[in-house]
Amino acid sequence: MPNNNNKIYDKNKIVIGIVIFLIISLFPIWYNHFKNVPAPDPLLTEKAKIAKECVLPKVLMKTEHMQLLNSWRDSVVRDGKRLYTNSQGKVFDMSLSNGCLDCHSNKKDFCDRCHNYASVRPYCFDCHIDNPKEKK
Amino acid sequence: MLELAIKGSKKYYAWIVVLLVVITMGFATYLLQLSFGLGITGLSRDVSWGFYIAQFTFLVGVAASAVMVVLPYYLHHYKAFGRITILGEFLAVPSVIMCLLFIIVDMGQPMRALNVILHPTPNSVMFWDMIVLNGYLLLNIVIGWKVLEGERNGVAPPSWVKFLIYVSIPWAVSIHTVTAFLYSGLPGRGFWLTAILAPRFLSSAFAAGPSFLILLALLIRKVTNFDPGKEQIQSLAKIVTYGIIINVFFFLCEVFVVFYSQIPEHMDHFKYLFFGLKGHGILVPWMWTSFILMIVAIILLVNPVTRKNEFVLAVACIAVFIGTWIDKGLGLISGGFIPSPLHHVNEYIPTGQELTITIGIYAIGFLLITVLYKIVVSVKEEVRA
Amino acid sequence: MEESRRSFLKIAGIAAFGLSAIPAIDIFASESSKKAPAPAPDFSLTENSKALSAKRWGMVIDTRKFKSEKDLEHIMSVCHSIHNVPNMTNKRHEIKWIWSEEYPHAFVGDENEYLSEKLAHTPIIVLCNHCQNPPCVRACPTQATFKRQSDGIVMMDMHRCIGCRFCIAACPYGARSFNFRDPRPFISKTNLEYPTRMKGVVEKCTFCVERLAIGKIPACVEASNGAIIFGDLENPDSEIRKLLKNNFTIRRKQHLGTGPSVYYIV
Repeated sequence: MPNNNNKIYDKNKIVIGIVIFLIISLFPIWYNHFKNVPAPDPLLTEKAKIAKECVLPKVLMKTEHMQLLNSWRDSVVRDGKRLYTNSQGKVFDMSLSNGCLDCHSNKKDFCDRCHNYASVRPYCFDCHIDNPKEKK
Repeated sequence: MLELAIKGSKKYYAWIVVLLVVITMGFATYLLQLSFGLGITGLSRDVSWGFYIAQFTFLVGVAASAVMVVLPYYLHHYKAFGRITILGEFLAVPSVIMCLLFIIVDMGQPMRALNVILHPTPNSVMFWDMIVLNGYLLLNIVIGWKVLEGERNGVAPPSWVKFLIYVSIPWAVSIHTVTAFLYSGLPGRGFWLTAILAPRFLSSAFAAGPSFLILLALLIRKVTNFDPGKEQIQSLAKIVTYGIIINVFFFLCEVFVVFYSQIPEHMDHFKYLFFGLKGHGILVPWMWTSFILMIVAIILLVNPVTRKNEFVLAVACIAVFIGTWIDKGLGLISGGFIPSPLHHVNEYIPTGQELTITIGIYAIGFLLITVLYKIVVSVKEEVRA
Repeated sequence: MEESRRSFLKIAGIAAFGLSAIPAIDIFASESSKKAPAPAPDFSLTENSKALSAKRWGMVIDTRKFKSEKDLEHIMSVCHSIHNVPNMTNKRHEIKWIWSEEYPHAFVGDENEYLSEKLAHTPIIVLCNHCQNPPCVRACPTQATFKRQSDGIVMMDMHRCIGCRFCIAACPYGARSFNFRDPRPFISKTNLEYPTRMKGVVEKCTFCVERLAIGKIPACVEASNGAIIFGDLENPDSEIRKLLKNNFTIRRKQHLGTGPSVYYIV
């Protein structure tokens, strides 16, 4: 219905409503802002320390390992290519359980630390069981 | 116009509360299915689709049948249907939404549903089904809304709506055709491997949908001040009559081909459904009930005396609706999977949890119909007043 | 393929620009990789040099060499244990990659009223036929199941499967199983070097792609004592082609035009 009256009715109630909505919807942001949790420090195994460098430089692994794993997965499952040669000429078996977790055989202190901190729960490990050689 | 949906009588609200309770139960059961997996259903390795997919198929038909009120009005200028095209369109919307929900609850990994769009695969009929169903939903929402808005404000709907209406007519046919193609293109499933599956789907849809619309129209007349009209109901009744006769005819064609040729791969499914196979025949009484209901309905509908009696007409419509529902909602899917391609007979019985989820989705559908029809009726009452 | 290349390029691009540019680059990555000349990828993806390859893998199953059900059971259990195929207690939820069927069920439509003594008593081993013209691949709405162009193997990408089970309806051989529930509690001894599956996805035989990739023949072939022969159907000099030349073979439901790659000598 056409209404030429530009006045907003119940202005106060609307403003209060919006404020309450913003407070509730932004809860995760302000809640975590005051809760200062130090960033975790993932633990390297001896094997990883000796190897020094992973598939890609550390900084990249930190931010991009999920994309890397994603494309590895497609390469292995869909294209049948299972070996990855990096810029240093080092060859890796593109396998989460048999490759990555062979070196990082301490999933709890390596993978989980950051994942828990970032509150991400990748379900990769449901099927790709932790390192087969790891002793429990 | 949405505000019209929240201004209702106590009875209206009571009905909505009842539906919400049923929906909540269905949703809770779905959460259980989500955490446990589809193992809570009666599905099996041999019968891997069941009640959900069957309801989906049946409801695609109900959705497509909106074309049966739209087409006479817009293509043949049959003015009487002007009053009720909106009822057809707003029956299609909840039906398609139910269809989509049934597909989602049938998925093993529903969170990956968008993979269908991320990895578009034109050789899969499922891909096309996704496109035509969503397109049809959108068409009917826009058309229904614009036409009703026009009626409320006493102006003709914008001209582009007319274009969409013309598009929606073949589109309605396409949704049920593509849905039939899901089944009829599969090698090794003799029950579905027939060119007449799509025509059969359409004929049963054009019987089931309008018969449901007649029942809704009679109900609306009873509980509101809006009368969809005697002539309109009678015209719909004729459509139902043709639909159900053609449906039974197509079915008998199928029966002839299958039983005269005697090819086991095709015949055994019919044997299972109507006579039982290797000592299994849980659906036999259902299938005969369905067939008898359709025959009774034809007798009642063909005779003008009984058809013009609205009480008898209502009975006939119920018979058509239940008859076609059993045919598609129970027989079609089980019948296709039993016997299995390796000729084993493993029967399928839906579980209580499966039924609860199904009823929950139907309740969502009824809630949407209620709300949409409430808006329609309010507008119609408003315009008349 | 297309996609993995792009994401690899993205990573390579980021590496070239250095850390400081990450947030900015990340946003424009897909843009820039189209416009700017793509930097030569500093990585490569290859197959293992030991990998077995063929134009089209196929199998001949010599049913004459199976003496009893026991021979078959051994083969099936080897396959199922290395691939972490669960042993479901509920028959409805059964998962199987390779199993045995009575002749009239394995060869529906070709059953004779009077079967030879041997065929009447020894079941036939059945598995995915890795069809030349697979109906399951045609049906899949996400390409989660696909035919490898390189060697004709019909593969399953469990990461992509949405669990719609259209492929199960499409397969005329009943070769596919669905995970109706979490399969892990039903795996008696998990092979840690092979993944398990999650609920809600479809699985089936893969002709042991993971073994072919490291130069091993499929596990069932290895366990069959020469009763199952595996090889390249397109290579006229292969052992499998010689067998096909010298023996009368049949395939399951040939008339459907699926082109099964598994042949049977009966």
